Amino acid sequence: MRERLATAAYVLRANPVSLAALALLALLFGAALFGPALAPYDPLATNTSLALRPPSAAHWFGTDQLGRDVFSRVVVATRLDLAIAFAAVALSLAIGAAIGAATGYFGGFADAAVGRVVDVLMAFPLFVLAMAMVAALGNSVSSVVIATAVINLPFYIRLARAETQMRRHLGYVEAARVGGSGHLRILRVFLLPNIAPPLIVQASLNLGWAVLNAAGLSFIGLGVRAPTPEWGIMVAEGAQFIISGRWWLSVFPGLALMIAVFAFNLLGDALRDIVDPRSRT
Amino acid sequence: MNVLLRRLLGVVPTLAGVVVATFVLTRILPGDPAVFFTSSPSADAATIEAVRQKLGLDQPLWRQFVIYVGALLRGDLGQSITTGQPVLTDLLQRLPASAELTIVAFALAVAVAIPLGVAAALRPGSLVDHLCRLIATAGVSLPTFVTGLLLIYLFYYLAGVAPEPMGRLDPFATAPPRLTGFLLIDALAARNGEVFVSAARQLILPAATMAIFALAPLARMTRAAMIASLGSDFVRTARANGLKWRTIVVTYALRNALLPIITTLGMVFSYMLGANVLVERVFAWPGIGSYALDALIGLDYAPVQGFMLAMAAIFVAINLIVDIAYSIADPRTGLFGHA
Amino acid sequence: MSAPLLTIEDLTLSFATRRGTVRALEGVSFEVRAGEMVGLVGESGSGKSVTAYAAMGLLDASARIASGRAVFAGRDLLTLPRRELDELRGRDISMVFQNPRAALNPIRPVGRQIADVLARHAAAGRAEIEARTLDALRQVRIADPERRARALPHELSGGMCQRVGIAMALACRPKLLIADEPTTGLDVTTQAVVMDLLREAARANGASAVLITHDLALAAEYCERIVVMHAGHVVETAPVAELFGAPRHPYTGRLLASAPSGAATIEALTPIAGALPDLRRDDLPPCRFAERCERRAADCAAPSLRLEPCGPDHRVACRHPT
Repeated sequence: MRERLATAAYVLRANPVSLAALALLALLFGAALFGPALAPYDPLATNTSLALRPPSAAHWFGTDQLGRDVFSRVVVATRLDLAIAFAAVALSLAIGAAIGAATGYFGGFADAAVGRVVDVLMAFPLFVLAMAMVAALGNSVSSVVIATAVINLPFYIRLARAETQMRRHLGYVEAARVGGSGHLRILRVFLLPNIAPPLIVQASLNLGWAVLNAAGLSFIGLGVRAPTPEWGIMVAEGAQFIISGRWWLSVFPGLALMIAVFAFNLLGDALRDIVDPRSRT
Repeated sequence: MNVLLRRLLGVVPTLAGVVVATFVLTRILPGDPAVFFTSSPSADAATIEAVRQKLGLDQPLWRQFVIYVGALLRGDLGQSITTGQPVLTDLLQRLPASAELTIVAFALAVAVAIPLGVAAALRPGSLVDHLCRLIATAGVSLPTFVTGLLLIYLFYYLAGVAPEPMGRLDPFATAPPRLTGFLLIDALAARNGEVFVSAARQLILPAATMAIFALAPLARMTRAAMIASLGSDFVRTARANGLKWRTIVVTYALRNALLPIITTLGMVFSYMLGANVLVERVFAWPGIGSYALDALIGLDYAPVQGFMLAMAAIFVAINLIVDIAYSIADPRTGLFGHA
Repeated sequence: MSAPLLTIEDLTLSFATRRGTVRALEGVSFEVRAGEMVGLVGESGSGKSVTAYAAMGLLDASARIASGRAVFAGRDLLTLPRRELDELRGRDISMVFQNPRAALNPIRPVGRQIADVLARHAAAGRAEIEARTLDALRQVRIADPERRARALPHELSGGMCQRVGIAMALACRPKLLIADEPTTGLDVTTQAVVMDLLREAARANGASAVLITHDLALAAEYCERIVVMHAGHVVETAPVAELFGAPRHPYTGRLLASAPSGAATIEALTPIAGALPDLRRDDLPPCRFAERCERRAADCAAPSLRLEPCGPDHRVACRHPT
């Protein structure tokens, strides 16, 4: 553990970008936790007499076509966007790890069947699959979460399966088996804790992607519905005003998206450096 | 060649799975397909019932599946209610638009990412290396739809150099006679320079948008693979033998780094197929992505089903091509022999 | 005594790593004379390979050479411009590596790889290069060289790969051959074959050789002179018979006692106590063996310990030699 912390300190020192990522993450979590309190205006309050105003001292990010304050909407949306991403990643991490570890440990028919299903899932461009799933499940936040979780699932299943298979015959597992531990106990006590670090790295690398995916779905009109403040919808609503030069409607929520994804990616890279320094690229 | 054949056969179960998955997904789409298939929302109950019988929707699910597979085998993907045409016709009509966009974007990304990644690997810690890292991290963080809008703002609104982001051709240009459906190629075939330029101008922003998105993973993988092969034992041997720098970098390091790069190329291409939907939406590009999206929003499910199948088929084909390319690049697979 | 072909003089270098500076070599000096085979012996981590890599210009970017020279045929390899070094490498000095299979390009036929070296250094046409490639393979007793030349490394056994490695190193008839643990990872019978080939081929070309190994018995069998390294220092150098007959450095004595062929019975085989000191430490003693040494005395901590002559062609870096 101390070794890990020392490496963490080294990674942070050697790579000031990671430090920046930490600052960005703090900013994001701050906005997610205290968003409604931080927003200067009601994100849903319309005022057509103030529509489409460029950024000013009163409205830092300008106002949209209904006169709503873009800054307030961007800040308030943070909670929803992050919550979707976290929920989706947590769901696929939990389910994927369980399925992957079980199939990797037991092998056999279930393993082959799950492998086939994963192959089929991976045969679709994932975003397209997510689109169809949200359409099938109905436009709601939970559909977006489920769709995002499902398209991420194959990666966790494969990773957990590979890591478990690699360790299945290692000394400590054999020892536990000889010592009379049941399969479930071996999986829970000996295997899961050991395959957790690579899975967590994968999860952190996936968070940014989940944010992008959810926002992309909202952008094309699937998932979260207007007038809920959400970055993807805000970008979509502002898109028609870009060609007439009203950039602030789309650019600020777009920027927020970018910062979130950027911060999560950097976090993932830093975590990977700490957990597995050799894979550093 | 035997290995290749086995690889081809291995695709069959996956494709079968894809067909089942598409069937299941479209059956749980909301709404009654029979209503859509009547092509008129005001149809009376009897008409709907007739259509229902014609489509076999009154049959049990497994019979429906058999009917569905039978139709598929005849190349019948159903009818679109929004366009009133067979889905297959619609898809074939629009596929070239998507393909042209994706291929140009892909070529653009490869042309930039691979030299950049190689340059970064040759001088770790240098300016190029930092640039590469920046692009690799920023590129994956940029949502394609935001990049697209930003490019439109910069090049259409501010600089005024790009045309209005509406479709594949300037509204005043007439499309060249359709040969391949690829406007750039058709314009060349028709020796129509004006249309070629117009099509290229329309294409450049959406292609750049997609390329920026694809650039990041490619540059990153190229850099990593090059660093790994430059640090390998055999490159050390080559250096110890005083081989020319060019030979070491190209014949020894890059040639080996190509293997993981090829695998990444396949992955990137499939990401791009997914991203197509978003980019086509931003640029009003009349490809299969925007077709499927319109259908999805209009609850017109046959096109969605056809689109999913088409995507999966293309995807499987791409993977096959990647495998073949890999076997050619890696003589160890023994597929194509070595001299 | 002939003039030295390669002289390493006072070589000091370190590596900057994630966890501090590794003082890999300090004041390393030895020489290789024309036509002789010198064994560079020590535990792993003692700096044998690093010394060779420094001379060959193969150190990675984290290495910092603080001082020293590596004079080969009158030129300092450490300050030679890359272009000139590249003329020498492969032609006048060449190297055989450990892990023979990994040392070869996995996707290039082995004959092509030898031909690459020949094409680089010999002004010859295609046909001649091809003929010389086959000659090089024949020299290391590879049967059916025409067919083997077309093979990829993974299609050959480890021993066969090492023969290719030797053929490649000797293809341009170098004056000096450095072999870095050439038999590690090969099975015992192959080891002997490869070593015999190496010696024979070096002799046939009139080349000097440096054999880097942790195996004292192997060095004794094939070398004329031995340089013993410990923790980045040269601790003793002597002709084989002299070293085996009267080792002066306590470390050499222990190395002999730990080598199977040096002991009469298994019981007499004693492991060397303690580990190499951590070369990242700031307080490394002048004698880096002191902390493992039974003969340690108060003056061992005094600075400026040097290799001093102590017999015919025999030098040792110890204040209390045996």
